[in-house]
Amino acid sequence: MIFSRFFRRQTQPEPKIEAGLRKSRRGIFRDIAALFERSEIDEELYEDLEALLIQADLGVETTVALLDNLRQRVRREGIKDPAEAREALRDEMVALLEEATRNRKVKIYQRGVPFVTLVVGVNGTGKTTTIAKLARYHQDQGRSVMLVAGDTFRAAAIDQLKVWGERLGVPVISHTPGADPGAVVFDGMQAAFNRGVDILLIDTAGRLHTKYNLMEELKKVRRVIQRHVPEAPQEVLLVIDATTGQNGLVQARMFTEAAGVTDIAIAKLDGTAKGGIAFAIARELGTPISYVGTGEKVTDLAEFDPETYVDALFFGDDEEA
Amino acid sequence: MFEALTDRLTDVFQRIGRKGRLTEQDVDEALREVRRALLEADVNYRVVKDFIAAVREQAIGEDVLRSLTPAQQVISIVHKELVRVLGSERVPLTWASQPPTVILLVGLQGSGKTTHVAKLGHHLRGEGRQPLLVAADIYRPAAVEQLRTLGRQHDLPVYDEGTQAKPVEIVKHAIKLARERRLDPVIVDTAGRLQIDERMMQELEEIKAAVRPSEILLVADAMTGQEAVSVAEEFHRRLQLTGLILTKMDGDARGGAALSIRSVVGVPIKFIGTGERVDALEPFYPERLATRILGMGDVLSLIEKAQQQISQEESERLQEKVLTGTFNLEDFLNQLQQIKRMGPLTQLLEMLPGVGQALRQQQVQISDDEYKHIEAIILSMTPEERRHPDIINFSRRRRIARGSGTSMAEVNQLLSQFKQMQRVMAQLGDMAGVGRRRGGLRGLLGGGNPLAGLGDGGLDALMSQGMVPGGMPPGPSARHPTAQRPKPKAGKKAKKHKKKRH
Repeated sequence: MIFSRFFRRQTQPEPKIEAGLRKSRRGIFRDIAALFERSEIDEELYEDLEALLIQADLGVETTVALLDNLRQRVRREGIKDPAEAREALRDEMVALLEEATRNRKVKIYQRGVPFVTLVVGVNGTGKTTTIAKLARYHQDQGRSVMLVAGDTFRAAAIDQLKVWGERLGVPVISHTPGADPGAVVFDGMQAAFNRGVDILLIDTAGRLHTKYNLMEELKKVRRVIQRHVPEAPQEVLLVIDATTGQNGLVQARMFTEAAGVTDIAIAKLDGTAKGGIAFAIARELGTPISYVGTGEKVTDLAEFDPETYVDALFFGDDEEA
Repeated sequence: MFEALTDRLTDVFQRIGRKGRLTEQDVDEALREVRRALLEADVNYRVVKDFIAAVREQAIGEDVLRSLTPAQQVISIVHKELVRVLGSERVPLTWASQPPTVILLVGLQGSGKTTHVAKLGHHLRGEGRQPLLVAADIYRPAAVEQLRTLGRQHDLPVYDEGTQAKPVEIVKHAIKLARERRLDPVIVDTAGRLQIDERMMQELEEIKAAVRPSEILLVADAMTGQEAVSVAEEFHRRLQLTGLILTKMDGDARGGAALSIRSVVGVPIKFIGTGERVDALEPFYPERLATRILGMGDVLSLIEKAQQQISQEESERLQEKVLTGTFNLEDFLNQLQQIKRMGPLTQLLEMLPGVGQALRQQQVQISDDEYKHIEAIILSMTPEERRHPDIINFSRRRRIARGSGTSMAEVNQLLSQFKQMQRVMAQLGDMAGVGRRRGGLRGLLGGGNPLAGLGDGGLDALMSQGMVPGGMPPGPSARHPTAQRPKPKAGKKAKKHKKKRH
């Protein structure tokens, strides 16, 4: 079953949600299957594929590059059967993501040194929810977790994180609204050491990557973290909304520059969005995608796997295709 | 960005060669570039297809205006069509005949609904209304608290029943309260939801049936990609949207989603959100969004405006004057007034590619007062003095300063700057004798970072750089980069106006 593979980590996804997910995807699975149900590989097929990939938010450049690779392969390997071309395209898409996945740093969880994850992104991508899911994820692995309410700007952002903290039974370090994020993070680092927690998840205010001062603020937060643990933050997670278009590429570039993004989480994949921007980012920046958010429940977070991702979003199971 | 699209189009036309009429082939080749620009701006694939077909029909056979290059011509047609699709008129909010008017904000998670409920409330209070904000998002942790906080911060009343009541009931009660307290409009914050979430969409339908809102506005993130269409279509199918609020427009997303939604659903864009502060809500201008989608400053409007203001003859006469060094303060005043007629300076600067965004980023404010002072000083001179500034001695200066309500120092500054300007012009004249330089748009922008010159020299630099209408592109107008004269004044001013968010 494709979705049980997609939710690899997970025990049992609620059947209702799973059905909803599959329903939302059925359209594109069918479209793709239909595309390859022709007698030969012609120019029209490539045009249709271009339309499809662009509509999945891969962007013009990445789409053209993928299709160029496909053309070459078809020529080189003398592929005649459209069904074979379908496999080739799938391979190319997986390969593109895998190349970025290879850049993923091995996560080393040491005793006595908190593993710090700094979560960044533009406004409204789902940072706080992703943090809650990550907290749960680490709890399930038997690690102790602490949260830091570094979003001191948005109204009630601190409360939002506290609600999650209560639900999960995880301590939340916070200051008053409007406080200096650097100061909260400082306290968070200290508390993490004092209480010997394994994982410290730091929430930050959503910021558009075009705001110079706010991006500088992130650099400062980083410096504060490094004062305590030179190799921290071991993970800088950029949360990108699956519905994001080509601007996602700029976001990834700018946040990497300012905050040294190491991993990407694609949030809100439970809609009809294909999250195609992940391909563009993987290709242009080589930043690995590490997590995907697939629903509103706190357990709806999966580790990213290129093959499952491509199948779940584009090709479906064989029975479904 | 802008450079990319125009450059690419220029390349295309250079290959084809200049002709008096756009042929089918020219247009197709150019439209391939336009198509790409639109797709890169996240305009939906299907929408782009239809759009390109419409433009193609208009462009083929069109005469190439003498004033524009073929590349500019194609952009101009594309731009006009964009504006047409985006809606050339502002559609105001609809008010219920029987108050209170109910405004429902709906959309996906994280598009900015709660923030925009507060912004809209603030905006409408500024128009003399007394809004009531309603917290009907009982699902997202602390969403109610967020709206309460925003209400407290900006002194707007907020109705909520915590997170246990049903949203439909909350909204009904809120309207009852608004009626009693004569609050109008009632602006409802709803929970973010996926358009395919059946249960949540039903909830909205129930609210709609129960309170019959006058406005159902879809709050959409400007950064949304191709999905914008399916999202909007589904919300529209179930709720019959009345309008759109496009948020996060202060970033650098092109906002192609707006074009997609607009052309598929047909509802007007009513507001755009341009920041996190409560006053960062602006009415929607199709022109600006059109240029943004194309990734260019509003150079076209600038050119058009300049063309409207300055006749061909006059521009030739001016050019002659500049080149022969007979340009005097009277001509200068004329030009100032012409520029002024084109609109406020900030707005003109916004039209230059790159500049608008840079200005917004730095939060620089440029005042039009400089204009006023310069104008007042020149107007306080006698015609004789304007034609021959050299005769202005100490007592004349004192008289001019008093007459214009400025200081002697300001008069001195203007005179010495004008003298420098004349010197530069004379140099240009000499150079023009040798061989006229290719000026055009690039010259106007001074290449590189357009703000570099601007931050230093403000109005003067801009004018001496060739913002003088006599040198509007295209054409063999003479211009030289050394015409920039640094003057720290405007730079300081810019810094003073920088605002921090916190």
